[in-house]
Amino acid sequence: MIYIYFLAAIAVVVVAERVPSVGAKRALYAALGAALLLAPLVDRNDSDYNVLADAGVFVLLALGLNIVVGFAGLLDLGYAAFFAIGAYTYGMLASPQFGIHLPFWVLLFVAAALAALFGIILGAPTLRLHGDYLAIVTLGFGEIVPQIFQNLTAYTGGPNGISALDFPSFFGHSFGQRALPYYYVTLALIALGLALARNLRESRLGRAWMAIREDELAARHMGINTTLVKLSAFALGASFSGLGGVVFAAKLSLVSPDLFQFQVSVLIVSMLVLGGMGNIPGVVVGSLVLTLVNSVVLPQANALASAVGLHVDFSSYHFFIYGAILVGIMLFKPEGLLPSVQRREELRHATAPQDVRA
Amino acid sequence: MHEFLAQLINGISLGSIYALIALGYTMVYGIIGLINFAHGDVYTLGSFFSLAILGLLGATGELHGPALVIDAGLALFGAALLCGIAGVLIERLAYRRLRNAPRLAPLITAIGVSFILENAMQVWKGPSPVPFPAILPNPAVTVAGVAISLQQFVVVGLAIATMLALQLFVHGTRVGRAMRATAQDRDAAQLMGIDINKTIAITFLIGSALAGVAGFVSGVYYQSTWFFNGFGAGLKAFTAAVLGGIGNLAGAMLGGFLIGIVESFATWLLGGQWSNVAVFAILILALVFRPSGLLGETLPEKV
Amino acid sequence: MPLLELDAVTKTFGTLVAANGVSLRIDSGAIVAMIGPNGAGKSTIFNAITGIYAPTAGRIVFDGKRIDREPTYRIAAAGIARTFQNIRLFSFMSALDNVMVGEHARLRARLWDSLLHTPAQRAEERETRERARELLAFVGLERLSERYARNLPYGSQRHLEIARALASSPKLLLLDEPAAGMNPREKHDLVALIRAIRDRGVTVLLIEHDMGLVMELAERITVLDHGERIAEGTPAEVRRDPHVIEAYLGAPAP
Ligand SMILES: Nc1ncnc2c1ncn2[C@@H]1O[C@H](COP(=O)(O)OP(=O)(O)O)[C@@H](O)[C@H]1O
Ligand SMILES: [Mg+2]
Repeated sequence: MIYIYFLAAIAVVVVAERVPSVGAKRALYAALGAALLLAPLVDRNDSDYNVLADAGVFVLLALGLNIVVGFAGLLDLGYAAFFAIGAYTYGMLASPQFGIHLPFWVLLFVAAALAALFGIILGAPTLRLHGDYLAIVTLGFGEIVPQIFQNLTAYTGGPNGISALDFPSFFGHSFGQRALPYYYVTLALIALGLALARNLRESRLGRAWMAIREDELAARHMGINTTLVKLSAFALGASFSGLGGVVFAAKLSLVSPDLFQFQVSVLIVSMLVLGGMGNIPGVVVGSLVLTLVNSVVLPQANALASAVGLHVDFSSYHFFIYGAILVGIMLFKPEGLLPSVQRREELRHATAPQDVRA
Repeated sequence: MHEFLAQLINGISLGSIYALIALGYTMVYGIIGLINFAHGDVYTLGSFFSLAILGLLGATGELHGPALVIDAGLALFGAALLCGIAGVLIERLAYRRLRNAPRLAPLITAIGVSFILENAMQVWKGPSPVPFPAILPNPAVTVAGVAISLQQFVVVGLAIATMLALQLFVHGTRVGRAMRATAQDRDAAQLMGIDINKTIAITFLIGSALAGVAGFVSGVYYQSTWFFNGFGAGLKAFTAAVLGGIGNLAGAMLGGFLIGIVESFATWLLGGQWSNVAVFAILILALVFRPSGLLGETLPEKV
Repeated sequence: MPLLELDAVTKTFGTLVAANGVSLRIDSGAIVAMIGPNGAGKSTIFNAITGIYAPTAGRIVFDGKRIDREPTYRIAAAGIARTFQNIRLFSFMSALDNVMVGEHARLRARLWDSLLHTPAQRAEERETRERARELLAFVGLERLSERYARNLPYGSQRHLEIARALASSPKLLLLDEPAAGMNPREKHDLVALIRAIRDRGVTVLLIEHDMGLVMELAERITVLDHGERIAEGTPAEVRRDPHVIEAYLGAPAP
C-alpha cells in the first residue's frame, strides 16, 4: 500500500514535467494534491502516514538544501546542522527539560528564524571560499554542531538527548501518538516550500544565486552584492531545515545528537544529485525515491531475506546506496534523473557541432 | 611538565599518522585539484589489509625476532601495495572521466567513493571496532622521566623514514619530476611529452600506498581499527595538508605533526569530547583565513 | 569634468609591476581605445577600474567619486559595466536570463518581493524581461534568447556579453578585446554596434589588438607597454609616435 503513494507521486511529477500543455500539468498536480489530502479517508493505516510524514520532512530538507546547492551552487555538506538546530529548538522549548512548553506552531517560526540566523553565522566565514573549500568548511560546522549539542549535557541531555517532548496540539486537539496529523503538517509545509522555492527561482534574488553559481566574479560585475546574496541563500535554505527539524523532533518525541551526523547531510545531497540539482520537481522525486528505498524497500528486503532464512541486513547498505548514487550519477548522468525540460534540451544541443574559435 | 612532554610525544605519534595521510591529500590535490574524500578510507583499508595479512600469517599476539620482522614487514608492504592498487583503481574508475568536469562533480564523486568503501569495510569486518593484534613487544624507555613506548618509536620512525623516501623519490627521479611538472602546469607537461594519465596514476599509487602505511602504523599503535576511522582521520589529515600549504609535501608533514599535537593537547586540556571540536575549528580557521597555508601567499584570480 | 579619471595607478603582483603609474582621462560620450602588446597591463587596468584588483597606489575617480576602494558590485551599480577578455557568461543560463541578471542593479525587488511575488515584483519582472528582449534584439540575438549561453556560437557569446553589460544602463562600458576571434565581416558589424552603443549615450573604453578597427573607431588612444603609458592622443598622433613605433616594431599587430 505504502508503495502506491510514493510511486504515484513520483509518476505524477515525472509525467507532469514532460507534458507540453500547462493546463494538463496543473491538472495533474491538482489531482495529486487532492489525492494526498483525501487519502486518509480510504487508507486508515497510521503506519503509512508515519513513513509518509518522514518522507515529507526529507522533501522539505531537500527543497531547502536545493536553494543553497542547486540554486546558489554552494555545496553545503553540513546541512544536517540546521536540521539539528530546528529539532533541538523544539526539544529544549517544548519538553520537561527546562519545563518550558511553547506551542508547536510558535516553535515552527522560532526554529525557522533560529536556523536562518545560524545559516548566516555559519555561512559568513565561507563567503570568500570557493567550491571545494567551502564544502569542507560547511562539513566542519556540520561535525561541530551536533558535537556541541552532545557536549553541553546540562542543556541538551548529552548523548542521550532529550526525550518525552510535548505532543503538539491543534485547536486543543493533541496530536497524540498518531502520525496522521504530522502527515498533514508536512503536506502543508511542502506546499509552502514549493511555492517559495518556485517564487525565488523566478526572481531577482534567484537569478542572482544562479549567476553566482555560474561565475561569481562575473556576478559581482552585474552589481550583485555576493555577500548578501549568498547569506540569504544560507539563511533561507537553513530555515527549511529548521522547520523540518521541529516536525521531526515532535513526531519522534526525541532529539539526540546522533540523528544529525554527516550521513544525514550526504543523504540529502544524494537526493539532490539523484533528482537533478537546481530543478525543483527533480529534487522532490530524488527525495521520494531515496526515502522509499530507505524506509520501505530495505526493511522489507530484510524481512524477505529472513523469511527465506537468509541473514543479510540490507539496512546496513545505506552508505553503499548513497555512494553508488553519487558516483553513478556524477559519472553517467550529471544532470540527474529529472532535469528541467530546458536543461535536457540544451544538453542535447551541446553535442551539436559548435563554433570553437577562442 | 611530565604530562606536557608525554602529551607532546603522544601528539607527535598521532601526528605522524596524520602526516602520512596528509601527503596523499596534498599530492592528489596538487596534481588534479581534487579533495580526494575517499583517501581517509583508503587509510582505514590499510589497517584492514594489514589485519588480514597478519591473520593469514597467524600472527595474533606479540612477535619476536625474525617473525616480527617478516610478519610485520609483509603486513606493512602488503597493505601499502594493496592500498596503492586500490587508489589507482579509484582514480581510473571514478575520477578520470571527471577531470575536466565542473569542480564540484569530482568532489561529490569522491564522497560517494568514500561511502562505498566505508560500507564495504563495514560489511567485511562489522560495524564495531575490530581489535588489531599487539604484535610489538612493549618495553617502554624512560627519557627525562617520560615513558616512551616502542610503538611510539616505531610509529614515528616508520613515518619519518617513509617521508624521507618520498622526498628522495619526488626530487631525485624522473617520475618524480614528471609529477612535479604535471602539478605545476598539466598542459605544458603534456606538451613536453609527459604521459599525464600515467603520472596521475602513479601519484594515486604512491599517495594511497602511504595511506596504507599509515593504516598499518595506526593498527599497531592503537591495537584497534574501525571501518569509520578514515572519516575523522581523513578530515584531520586534510586540515594538515591545508595548513602546510596544499601541494607542498614538507608542509603536509609539518601540518600533520601540528594537528596531532593540537589534538593531543586538546584532549588533555579540554577533554576528549572537545578534541574534535578543536580540530574542526582549526580546519575551519585554516581554510577561511589561510587557504594557501601557514606560509603561502595568495594572488588574486587572473581575469 | 572627465567621466573617468585614473591618476598614477600602479598595480603589482609580488615583484611583477603590471601597471606602473598609469594616468588616463575619459570624457563623457567618447570612444577611447587602449592598446599595447600582450602583457602590457591593459586588462589589469580594467580590473583595477572594476575593483577586481585593488590598486597598489594611485586614485580612480568615476563620475566625481573615488572608486578605487569600493567593492566591484558598487562600482558596477555606479555605472561601469564590462566584458571580459575570456568570455565569462553564465553558461547554464539562457541568453535572456543572462541579460536579466545584467539588470540586477537597476531592480528594486527586495527579499520579500522575491519570496512572495508581490504585484510590484511581478510588474518589475515583466518590464525586466521586456527590456532584456530589447537588448538581445539590439545586439541581434533575439532568436537565440532561450538557448543556454554555453551553447551559443562564439560570436554570439561576445554579443551576449555586450547585451548583458548594457542591461545595467551603464555610463561607461569597458570592452576587453571584443573583436578577438572575429572575421572581417563580424568586425565590421562590431564597429557599427559600438557606435550605436555610444549613440545611446554610453561612453566606451575598449582594449583591442586590431589596429584597423581601433583607428577607425577610437577618438583617442592610450598606449601601454610594460605597465607604463608610453603614448596618448588621437589616432593620427599615436600612429606617428616614435615610442609606439618602437614598442610595436618587434611585434607588429596581428
Ligand atoms: N592576478 C594576477 N596574478 C599575477 N599576475 C598577474 C595577474 N593578473 C595579471 N598579471 C600579470 O600582469 C601582467 C599584465 O597582464 P594583463 O593586464 O592581463 O596584460 P594585457 O595587457 O595583455 O591585458 C602580465 O604579466 C600578467 O601575467
Ligand atoms: Mg588582456
